[in-house]
Amino acid sequence: MAERHRADVIVSCLHGRCEGLVPALREEIERQGLGDEIDVVESGCRGMCAMGPVLLIQPGGVFYTGVQPDDVPELVQETLIKGRVLARLTYQVPATHQEICRYEDIPFYNKQLRHVMRNCGMIDPESIEEYIASGGYQALAKALTTMTPREIISEVKASGLRGRGGAGFPTGRKWESTLEAEGEVRYVVANGDEGDPGAFMNRSLMEGDPHAIIEGMIIGAYAIGAHEGFIYVRDEYPLAVKNLSLALEQAREYGLLGEGILGVDFDLDIRIVRGAGAFVCGESSALMQSIEGKVGEPRPKHYHATERGLWDQPTALNNVETWANVPLIINNGADWFASSGAEDSKGTKTFCLVGQITNTGFIEVPMGITLREIVYDIGGGVPGNGEFKAIQTGGPSGGCIPADKLDLEVDYDSLLEAGSMMGSGGMIVMDNHTCMVDVARYFVDFLKEESCGKCSPCREGIRRMLEILTRITEGDAVMADLDLLEALGRTVQNASLCGLGKSAPNPVLSTLRYFRHEYEAHIKDKTCPAGVCRALIEYYINPEACTGCGLCKRDCPQDAISGERKKPHVIDQELCITCGICHDVCRFDAVGVR
Amino acid sequence: MPKLESVEELKALRDQLQRALRVSAKSSTTITVGMGTCGISAGAREVMRVIRDELKERAIEARVTTVGCIGMCSKEPLVDIQQGDEPRVTYGNVKPNMVPRIIEEHLMNGQVVDDWVVGRLRRGWGEQDG
Repeated sequence: MAERHRADVIVSCLHGRCEGLVPALREEIERQGLGDEIDVVESGCRGMCAMGPVLLIQPGGVFYTGVQPDDVPELVQETLIKGRVLARLTYQVPATHQEICRYEDIPFYNKQLRHVMRNCGMIDPESIEEYIASGGYQALAKALTTMTPREIISEVKASGLRGRGGAGFPTGRKWESTLEAEGEVRYVVANGDEGDPGAFMNRSLMEGDPHAIIEGMIIGAYAIGAHEGFIYVRDEYPLAVKNLSLALEQAREYGLLGEGILGVDFDLDIRIVRGAGAFVCGESSALMQSIEGKVGEPRPKHYHATERGLWDQPTALNNVETWANVPLIINNGADWFASSGAEDSKGTKTFCLVGQITNTGFIEVPMGITLREIVYDIGGGVPGNGEFKAIQTGGPSGGCIPADKLDLEVDYDSLLEAGSMMGSGGMIVMDNHTCMVDVARYFVDFLKEESCGKCSPCREGIRRMLEILTRITEGDAVMADLDLLEALGRTVQNASLCGLGKSAPNPVLSTLRYFRHEYEAHIKDKTCPAGVCRALIEYYINPEACTGCGLCKRDCPQDAISGERKKPHVIDQELCITCGICHDVCRFDAVGVR
Repeated sequence: MPKLESVEELKALRDQLQRALRVSAKSSTTITVGMGTCGISAGAREVMRVIRDELKERAIEARVTTVGCIGMCSKEPLVDIQQGDEPRVTYGNVKPNMVPRIIEEHLMNGQVVDDWVVGRLRRGWGEQDG
């Protein structure tokens, strides 16, 4: 059919609403002597029933809605014979749709800048075709055919791109060292071992736009002269592994990976290595050990990975988000990239907003935005009747930043100054129902589990810190413990082998710095101001508010609540284990904490 | 699929794909379901299954496709409907039992279900509305 006809007119017969249209079209086409050239095809409903009969002319893709038999003579004359489009029949956006809020006007989005995540949620991640259609792999084409490796590196250097894994090392300089280092082979590695609790922006990127990472890696490999690459993804991200694997396969099929990429004398293949769930493997040297098949432990940094990385060969290891920034820089130029962001932190950064925040999700913002804008404008503030207390940035080893520092501009350096860090981008919002000592204890407990145990400051120091924090939350600590905690923290910070230990005391030291009064309340007054630490609180029933419904009495696992129906109940403090169930189930706000 | 032997072939492929996508988007209904991990855990698979069943039952040939997470994880499952050349209309917190009404009112009657709508979006960030 396609060979015989010049054009097809495809009519969507919309649940019988276009009676007479198809015969009229056929008749008119025949009358004009076009019967051999143009075919009329009836197709199923296209789900646009409200727009009346719709009609598509192929090739060319002219699309008409609300076509009536009366329109046929003009349509055939103008469009099929003369090739003109009839404006009055083209699709009109229904008036009601204009009233819907645009994404750009929704507070959640209007302060965001979607560069790295431009395709996430926009294209089908399982389709390389959609990535190519949205301009994908054009940066690779430009880099391979119009730029030398040195030119690519200077462009990346000029852009001011810094590592998005959190440490913020300038990417261009890293590549330059790798290129200049001596070695038989070179490697590119993408770090997708996102292990911070509450952080999932790397996952969203790997799941939502895997080709952007791959394209960046191919460009980087070309720049440093690598022919082999690895993407290290944690196994807890099965969908990311699936989408990345599929993307690599598609790229190979199109010849974007393999030998002679795009007809240029350059070979590269990339493989996926799955992490087995150790948090420390997100640390660069431990990650490379893990790829080599060894136990995932960091090693002393006598040499940088750029000189002796994977199998002791020069290696450019970057976070997946860093790689995904590369095609943007090549396509739009270093100046464009450097035009957004802060003084020494150019471009955008992705973050995850979790905890006591209305709009849980992932965001991408220009560097230099204030925490206040992130929490209140984008995040929608603290839900319910809670009051903002602190925000923890940088994952479990980041620090807690208090409310009076909300106007802090988010970039690598200012976060460090405030006693926290950029990290990979997790942001946990806490409200007045969060106990800062308990938070510090929670994160230190996490890090105790994840410490690989290779160096003693981290292995032993974190454990001792946890013991002290536990004592504080249980009301068994003395004031001297705070000094000990601080001294321990400094030692662990200074003496640990890798970034895990060096940053592990951050949650403790930052909460000691900003929330010392809470620690003191636990030790001196034996109270937990936020009403969280179970050993230091007691629940009571307010007789004014209690209706005697009996719900708490029924749910109490200790049978510690007594009272007659429709009369105020009381809690027996001897039996109570402060589990808080009564507080949670009460519908009248009658159960208080003190 | 053929291996791309040169940059010119890549550019030609891009143009061809862009045309094909534009035509298919312009002349049909595309229903997009957010299928990142957050979407799936909020129940997107079931929502997608119900959408497919509903379309089949009503004999509507709409394109159903998936995307990764767009960031509004708290509003997952997200379902977008794009018809013709208009912006995508996003519905949030979609549950399987909401699907029939969305298809009935939006697709069949051209009426956006205001109660559940989150916003509308052009096919690229920062593109101007028509």
